[in-house]
Amino acid sequence: MTEILDFLREPFSLEFMQRGLIAAVLVSIVAAVVGSFVVLKGMAFVGDALPHASFGGVAVAFVIGANLQLGAAIGALLSALAIGFIARRGLVRYDTAIGIIFLASFALGILLVSRQRSYTVDLFSFVFGSVLAVTWNDVWIILAVSLGILLFVGLFYKEMLFTAYDPTMAAATGIPVAAMQYGLLALIGLTVAVALQVLGIVLVLAMLVAPPATAQLLTRSLPAMMAVGAVVGVLSSIAGLFIAWHADVSASAAIVLVATGFFALALALSPRQGILAKLRQPITDEDEAEFTNGRDPAEAGHTTG
Amino acid sequence: MSNAAVEVAGLWAGYNRHTALRDVSFTIEPGCLAGLVGPNGSGKSTLMKVMLGLHQSWRGAVRIFDKDGKEYKGRIGYTPQFELIDWAFPVTAYDVVLMGRYGKLGLVRRPTKRDHEIAMQALERVGMADRRQRGIGELSGGEQRRVLVARALAQESDLLLFDEPLAGVDATAQHDLLRLLEELRVDGQTLFVATHDLSCVAANFDHVVLLNRSVVAFGRAEEVFTEELLSKTFQRHLLVLPGEDRTFVGP
Repeated sequence: MTEILDFLREPFSLEFMQRGLIAAVLVSIVAAVVGSFVVLKGMAFVGDALPHASFGGVAVAFVIGANLQLGAAIGALLSALAIGFIARRGLVRYDTAIGIIFLASFALGILLVSRQRSYTVDLFSFVFGSVLAVTWNDVWIILAVSLGILLFVGLFYKEMLFTAYDPTMAAATGIPVAAMQYGLLALIGLTVAVALQVLGIVLVLAMLVAPPATAQLLTRSLPAMMAVGAVVGVLSSIAGLFIAWHADVSASAAIVLVATGFFALALALSPRQGILAKLRQPITDEDEAEFTNGRDPAEAGHTTG
Repeated sequence: MSNAAVEVAGLWAGYNRHTALRDVSFTIEPGCLAGLVGPNGSGKSTLMKVMLGLHQSWRGAVRIFDKDGKEYKGRIGYTPQFELIDWAFPVTAYDVVLMGRYGKLGLVRRPTKRDHEIAMQALERVGMADRRQRGIGELSGGEQRRVLVARALAQESDLLLFDEPLAGVDATAQHDLLRLLEELRVDGQTLFVATHDLSCVAANFDHVVLLNRSVVAFGRAEEVFTEELLSKTFQRHLLVLPGEDRTFVGP
């Protein structure tokens, strides 16, 4: 018994693992809350674009000798606002605006880095993440930004919910829809900026999408989706770090794969699976009878549970 | 001075260079169930968006209860087109109706006990109180429309706009919805309902605005529902079935 406990405890007895764990847990909570909007609004492309776009900011910071985290945050925020601005003009499609902006910023990053004689580890930790190199200073910054993001969502929850659900009606009743849409983009940008250090550019999207998508299969309200998503994210972080320690593999990759595993599990075991697929389309008269037959998942889905 | 619920005068509006509404003028009396009838693409949604202050007109004026339309922004009850709503979104029927209160609350402020009461009354009014904790995606098409009507009621406005509330539901649900709209008129509401469905209009609406970019006719339903005016409104889309009573079949 004590051997098992030691095996479980061992990785987290070291200070750098504790720091990494705290950072990963904070990031996965924020990513689940903000990621719920990303999943519901089909904004995964933004979630992929902003980490890449932040690389431009990191490179600029690197060249001028400024703080790389700050560079990443500014890069992600400016790109988020530029995407929103171009898309709101309505002259090009949303995904086109995203593609242009993020690749411009990413290319700027490559251009600047290609001029450097030596690529430092620092720079590459942004590409693949370096959760185990997180300092206490980083943890405080992640904590402060995370609290800020959660505070914003808490204060403007009603406006963000209405804007996400039905922007036309929200605007008609006087909700500042444009401000909320920019606000959401900025929140995604900030989430990406704090998540970069833990997960790296390539893997940030996974934590914005996989835990909320898992939660969506299991819940029926937005607050529940956020909460379950956060639990899935936190469990993935703990399990991922644990696996990384014992198997000596990349922590960020392990976290993402555990989260993906949770999603696959939910997809397979969700009692509402199959019914959910129907809910995505407006119900037509022909569907009605069939739909009513499968209405009560508690009754219909017992074989899978 | 006028005591009309809605007074639209010389309204022009469009998108980029495309004109969607040309010189539209009509009035709606308070306490009536008025139809806005025209084929798809005739400018019905644009007209509603201008009335709601969501789309800027080029010229002309909208007056609501003798006030400038801009002063009335956020105070008109509204039900958008059904297809524009995300039915997979994780919200309950109750959540959706409570959203009708959000605009009045102001930023940051949470719904009060009174807002919850109003939402509950609206749900009761449309007969959906017992199903309020259902996810909106789990409701039938007719029930989903009732929830949207309840949300418009929760706005506590004297004027309600409906954009194609009857589209895509079966005849029974259409009948029930129309009865609900008539009951609301009896309650003293002014209702303005956009539809391209002619089958129910003549019998149910007091006043009708026939629209195809410009106003073809407006007045009492029995006056404007003539073959000539409907042909002019729907053009090729209209099929007239000969019979003892002529039957009009819309697009």
